[in-house]
Amino acid sequence: MRVAVQVTCINDAMFPDTGEAVFTLLRRLGVAADFPAAQTCCAQPMVNTGYLDEAVPVVRNFVDAFAGYDAIVTPSGSCAGSVRHQHAMVARRSGDDRLAEAVAQTSPKVYELTEFLVDVLGVTDVGAYFPHRVTYHPTCHSLRMLGVGDRPLRLLRAVRGIDLVELPAANECCGFGGTFAVKNAETSTAMGADKARHVLGTGAEVLVAGDNSCLLHIGGLLSRQRTGVRVMHLAEVLARTEDA
Amino acid sequence: MSGTFVGMPAFPAAAREALSDAQLRRNLAHATSTIRAKRAAVVGEVDEWEELRLAGAAIKDNVLHHLDEHLLRLERSLTERGATVHWARDAAEACEIVASIARQHDADEVVKVKSMATQEIGLNEALAAHGITAWETDLAELIVQLGDDLPSHILVPAIHRNRAEIREIFRERMAAAGRPAPENLSDVPRELAAAARLHLREKFLRAKVAVSGANFAIAETGTLVVVESEGNGRMCLTLPEVLVSVVGIEKILPAWSDLDVFLQLLPRSSTGERMNPYTSMWSGGTEGQEAHVVLLDNGRTRALADEVGRQALRCIRCSACLNVCPVYERTGGHAYGSVYPGPIGAILNPLLRGVGVDEQTDSLPYASSLCGACFEVCPVRIDIPEVLVHLRSQVVDAHRAGPPKGEAVAMKSAAWVLSGARRLSWAERGMGVAGRVLNRLGRKVMPGGRRALGRLPWPGSLWSNARDVPAPPAESFRARWRREGRR
Repeated sequence: MRVAVQVTCINDAMFPDTGEAVFTLLRRLGVAADFPAAQTCCAQPMVNTGYLDEAVPVVRNFVDAFAGYDAIVTPSGSCAGSVRHQHAMVARRSGDDRLAEAVAQTSPKVYELTEFLVDVLGVTDVGAYFPHRVTYHPTCHSLRMLGVGDRPLRLLRAVRGIDLVELPAANECCGFGGTFAVKNAETSTAMGADKARHVLGTGAEVLVAGDNSCLLHIGGLLSRQRTGVRVMHLAEVLARTEDA
Repeated sequence: MSGTFVGMPAFPAAAREALSDAQLRRNLAHATSTIRAKRAAVVGEVDEWEELRLAGAAIKDNVLHHLDEHLLRLERSLTERGATVHWARDAAEACEIVASIARQHDADEVVKVKSMATQEIGLNEALAAHGITAWETDLAELIVQLGDDLPSHILVPAIHRNRAEIREIFRERMAAAGRPAPENLSDVPRELAAAARLHLREKFLRAKVAVSGANFAIAETGTLVVVESEGNGRMCLTLPEVLVSVVGIEKILPAWSDLDVFLQLLPRSSTGERMNPYTSMWSGGTEGQEAHVVLLDNGRTRALADEVGRQALRCIRCSACLNVCPVYERTGGHAYGSVYPGPIGAILNPLLRGVGVDEQTDSLPYASSLCGACFEVCPVRIDIPEVLVHLRSQVVDAHRAGPPKGEAVAMKSAAWVLSGARRLSWAERGMGVAGRVLNRLGRKVMPGGRRALGRLPWPGSLWSNARDVPAPPAESFRARWRREGRR
C-alpha cells in the first residue's frame, strides 16, 4: 500500500513537529509513508470563507500532488472533512470534468490520522508512553463531519502512564471556525473562553486534540490567561515513547 | 409596540453588544442548556429517530419538488371545505389581505396565535397602520409585545428575559393593554402565568377576528394544524367569528398520514416533550365561523430556486438548532436581526431576501463557526453548514464586481501562494526568517516552550487581542524534509 501524509498547510508552516510525529508514529507501526513535496493545502480557508473560484487551483494542486496513492493520512479532522465534503463542490463549480473525476478518485482515500490507525492498520495501542494528566477536546469537524467517534479516545486510553480526564462539555465548539475567529472575533473568544475554563477545571497539564488550528485558538487563550496548560496535537502524544 | 428589526446592524456589531450583557448571557445559557438536555433525553428514547428524520426530509422534499401541484390541491381542498383562499406574493400583499378582512368585519382589534409567518411579514405593525390592534396571546409573545421588545427565539421568543424582568413588564405595562396585573404580583412562574391568563381571557372573549399561522397544511384534506403548549391557540382558533390563517407555501404535507412522522419529530425537537399538550386541526370553516387562508410566498420561491439552499424550506420551526448553537447561546437572537435567529435564521434570511442587498443579511452566513451541531439535531436533516458555505460563496460572488475588499485581496493572495508548492515554500522561508527574529524578541514563553508574538497590528489584532500567537518555527516541515534529504 502506498501511503502519503498530508501535513496540512498550518502544520507545515506553524507546527512542523506534528508532521514529524506522524512520520515517527507510522514508521514505528511499519508504514513507510511519503511526503509528496508538491502538496500545499486542502483549500478549506478559501472554501469556508466563500471564495470558491480561488479554491479551484488549490484543489487541483491537491489532487495532482496525491494522485497514485492508496491512502492519504492527515493529522487534521478539519482538512480530511474538507477534502471529503468540499472538493467535489469546488470541482463542480470549476466546470472541469477531469478535475471532478480526479477529485472522485482522491477524496475517498483521505483518512484522518485516528481513522487510519484504527480502521486501516487495526491498532489502538500504538506503544506510546506519556506520563501526564491529559484531557481531550474532540474538534467539531472530526466529531461531526467525519464521525471519528471514540477512536481518538481508544488510542489515548492505550497510552502508558497517561492520566486521561474527561473534559466537561467536550462536544461544544471551541469557537475557532477558521475566518470566524477574526470575522466574529468577540463571539469566537467568548466561546473559547468557556472552553478554556472547562479545560482548566479538569486540572490537566496538557490539552490534546486532533487539529492544531483549534489548539492554536484554545492554546492562545490559555497562554494569554497564564494558565500554564499546554496544548499538544494527538499525533505528538502518540509518537512519544519511553525513549523519546 | 414599537420593536422592529429594520435597520439592525450587521451580526458582528450586534453580537458585540449582546456579548457585553452578562444578564442576557446567563439567561440564555441557562435556558438553552435546560432545553438541550430535555431534547436529548426524549430523542434518545426513539430507536428509529434517524429513520424518522429521513422520512421527514423525504416528505418535505417531495413537497418542494412538486410544490405547484400540492399548492393547487391544497387550495381545492380548502375551498371545498368552505375556506376562502388568498394568495400573497409578499409581506405587503399578505398584510393588506388580513387588514381588509378585519375591516370588512369592523374589527379594530384581532387576537393572534403565535405565528412566525405573521411576524415575518410584520403584520402587527401593518395592522396598527390601519388602526387595528393585534394582541399576541402566547405567553412569551405577550411578554415581548408588552415590553416593546423583539422576539429572540423561534419557540421561546422571550428566552432572553428572566422572571424578575417579566414581573416588571407585567406590572408596568399590562394596565395600558387591558386588564392590569394583580396587586403584589410576585415573580413566581405560576403567579405570572395566572396574571397573563386573566389578562388574555378578556381579549379572547371580546375578539371577533383571530389570526393564526399553521404548523402544517395538509393538501389531501385541506386541514390546517396548530401545535401548541398553552391552549391560548385553541381559544383563538375556536372563539372568534372570523379566523384568518397566514401560511407559508412550504408548510404543506401531502397527506393526512404524513402527520404521523411530523407529530413525532416536532415536539421532541422543539419543547423536548414526547407530545405537545394541544394539537388543533381544522378543515375549512367550522360551523358559525368564517375561515380565510392566506398562502404566503414572501421569498419562498426565491429560496426554492436555489438548488443547495432549498432544503431550508423543509424547516418546521422547531428551534432545536438554536438551542444547540454555541454562537446563538452567547449572542442571543436579536443579533441576527430577524424573527428567524440562530443557525436556521443565518440561512433562511439570506435565502428569502437574497444576498448582496444589504450588509446585515450578508453578515448572517458568517455568523457560524461551522461546528455542525445544528445539522446533528435538525429533525428534517437540513445540512445547515453546507448551506452556510454555499451562501458565503454567493455573498462573495455578489461583491466580485465592486472594488475588492481587503479580505478578497488576502484570499486571492493566499490562494495564489497555496496553489503551488514552490510559492508556499518561499512564503514559509519568509516566515522562518521572521520567526527567527521574533523568537529572539518574543518575551513571553508559552507553555511547551515556544515564544509568543506580542500584540499584532490590525487585522492580526482581531486574533491577538485575546489570544497569544506562537512565533513561527525557524524551519517549515517541508524545508526540514528537503534539507535532510529524506527521499
